[in-house]
Formats: sequence, C-alpha cells, structure tokens
Amino acid sequence: MADKILYTRPDSIRDVKSHYCPGCGHGIVHKLIGECLDEMNCREKTILVAPVGCAVLAYNYIDVDGIEAPHGRAPAVATGVKRAQKDKLVISYQGDGDLLAIGTAETIHAANRGENITVIFINNAIYGMTGGQMAPTTMEGQVTKTTPYGRDVHDVGYPIRACELLNTLVAPYYIERVSVHDVPHIVKAKKAIRRALQNQIDGKGYSFIEVLSMCPTNWGVDAQTGADWVRDVMQPYYPLGVFRDKDAEEASRVQ
Amino acid sequence: MKKPLISVEKCKGCGLCIGACPKKILEMSSAFNKQGVNYPKCKDEPSCIGCKFCAMICPDCVIEIVETDEPGGKNG
Ligand SMILES: Cc1ncc(C[n+]2csc(CCOP(=O)(O)OP(=O)(O)O)c2C)c(N)n1
Ligand code: SF4
Ligand code: SF4
Ligand code: SF4
Repeated sequence: MADKILYTRPDSIRDVKSHYCPGCGHGIVHKLIGECLDEMNCREKTILVAPVGCAVLAYNYIDVDGIEAPHGRAPAVATGVKRAQKDKLVISYQGDGDLLAIGTAETIHAANRGENITVIFINNAIYGMTGGQMAPTTMEGQVTKTTPYGRDVHDVGYPIRACELLNTLVAPYYIERVSVHDVPHIVKAKKAIRRALQNQIDGKGYSFIEVLSMCPTNWGVDAQTGADWVRDVMQPYYPLGVFRDKDAEEASRVQ
Repeated sequence: MKKPLISVEKCKGCGLCIGACPKKILEMSSAFNKQGVNYPKCKDEPSCIGCKFCAMICPDCVIEIVETDEPGGKNG
C-alpha cells in the first residue's frame, strides 16, 4: 500500500521556493491562508491584495489572483475590488510598516466604513523589506537600524496596538490578535483567519486579524530565538484574543 | 507507522521544526543541501507520534507526515 499522506503543503500554496528568510513568519501565515482557502473551496474566487513590504510577491506563493497596492493603500484597493466584485473573496495582506505607518489613514477608514473585506496584519515589530528600520509596532527599547540605542518612547512614541485602536470604531465586525510563534498558537491563528474569511462570505463586514510574527533576520537572531521573543516580549504588550465579535454580541443580546 | 518526510532540498535550515517536536527526535544533520544549509533529520522514526507539529510550523512546506505499512515503534 502506498504511504498515506497525513499532512502536506495545501493546494493553494504553490510549490516554489519563496524569497522569505529562514524562519520568517510570512511563510507560516501564507500556509494558513492556503489551508483555509482549500478547506473552504474558495481559491478560485479569491483576490489577494499584496502590500509593499516583504510580502510584496505574496500572490506568487498563494495561488490566487493578486493585485499589488501602492505602499499602505491595500485596504483602499481592496475596498474598490470588493465593491466592484462583490462575489469575490478579497484579502488585504499587510505588514506593520504598510498598515500602521504609511497606510494608517487607509487602515482606519476602511475599518470605519466597515468594508466587507478581510485584513491580515503581520506584526513583526520592524520594517523587514527595507533592512530593519523602526516600525510603529517596534517594542520599547528594541534596537533597530533607526533606533540604534533602542526605541525611546519619549522621542518616537509608544508601540501602537492596532486591534485596540480599531476596536474604538463602531463598524468593524471582527477583530482578533493571534500569534504564530508555536504550534498551539498556529492552530488558533488558522481558526481566526478562517473565521475572518467566513465573515466576508456571509456578508458581515470588516474583519481584522493581527498576527504576531517573526523577522529573525532583522531582529538579528536565529529563528527559534525569534519565536521565543514573540512569546516573551511581544505577547505581553500585545495581548492575544478576540477584541470584537459582533456574532457573540448579537447572541448575548438574544439571550 | 507515522513519520516525517523531509524534502531536504527545500529546507532553509531555520530549525523551527526541531524546537516544535514534542518527542525531540529531530536534529540538524551536519550535511548541507544545495541551498547551502543544514537540514533536519529524524533520528528515531519509530518514536514519531505523527502529531504534525514539525510540519505545521515549517514556513516552507518542507515536511510531510505520512503513515506507512512499516511496523511502528512503541507509539504505533
Ligand atoms: C511610498 C513608499 N515609501 C517607502 C517605501 C519603502 N518601503 C518599502 S517596504 C517598507 C516597509 C516594510 O515593512 P512592513 O510593512 O512592516 O513589512 P515587512 O517587510 O516587515 O513584512 C518601506 C518603508 C516604499 N516602497 N514606498
Ligand atoms: S526580512 Fe524579516 S519579514 Fe522579510 S522575509 Fe526576512 S525574516 Fe521575513
Ligand atoms: S510528527 Fe510530531 S513526533 Fe513526529 S517528528 Fe514531527 S513533531 Fe516529531
Ligand atoms: S522548519 Fe522547515 S525550513 Fe526550517 S529547518 Fe525545519 S524543515 Fe527546514
């Protein structure tokens, strides 16, 4: 009898070598998106809006149609795509520089309009693509190329918590923060992504999933140390969990 | 029995799979692949419980988990 395959690359992930560094969280999140699209049988109707950042070529790896947005404008582009093609599943995939620095306005206004899109936000506490400059999410004291003595919050402000910020808005339907630093958290992250995609299919509105993720290269550490750093340093400041769930709010009102 | 199949040429040598294995049966080989990195190997296949943790954490889809007809070890 041939070997039975219990786990393999999802069909929605192309069998090509990615340009991501060893141990980069982008690859893990891509795979989770791919698994969800396979399970939901949605690959053919998905349009992925890629950011400027390391994930600029995400649609070469996730086997779906894709559009490259100008830096920070992915949620605006996703808004247009979704409004024009309501039957498509539109994902805005963005890093922290893209989503929370140059694209802050687009991020907030797409959420505030309650656009029926799914935003996947990769928070790796740094600008990866450009060589490791401070991001809005860089931790206090974290050494980067532009904060060589560590991030001084009195000089450049505090790390921004995107979920908490968006949770002040009325319109968003679902907001959750997850992490991919170990397998139990990867399982939870997949559930969150699936939920966020299903919300869009059900026409419920704006879903935002923040993923705490590793950039070992620009943190200057090996991959496992990077994963441990997410757990020990990022997670205490960026608490995991569901911030907004209008399904649950609705259910508790009915009871 | 269940065991990991490691496509070593795709491996980037990050080592996340080694840290994720609850049975601690993966280790870096001293050999290099064509990308020039060391890749993991399973030093004790009969002890694999088929939990898939190594494969799930791999960012580069290097590892498959398969079930074979070979008689398993203490974990089946
Ligand atoms: C208009 C514009 N400004 C600046 C840049 C330079 N730039 C490219 S990627 C990037 C930030 C990338 O960081 P992030 O969004 O966190 O993604 P990561 O690479 O970490 O995944 C910047 C500032 C650009 N390409 N275009
Ligand atoms: S620079 Fe960082 S985010 Fe970019 S591919 Fe490398 S590890 Fe990933
Ligand atoms: S399947 Fe589980 S036990 Fe087997 S090698 Fe992978 S992580 Fe280890
Ligand atoms: S997690 Fe994947 S890429 Fe990293 S060492 Fe293991 S097999 Fe290689």
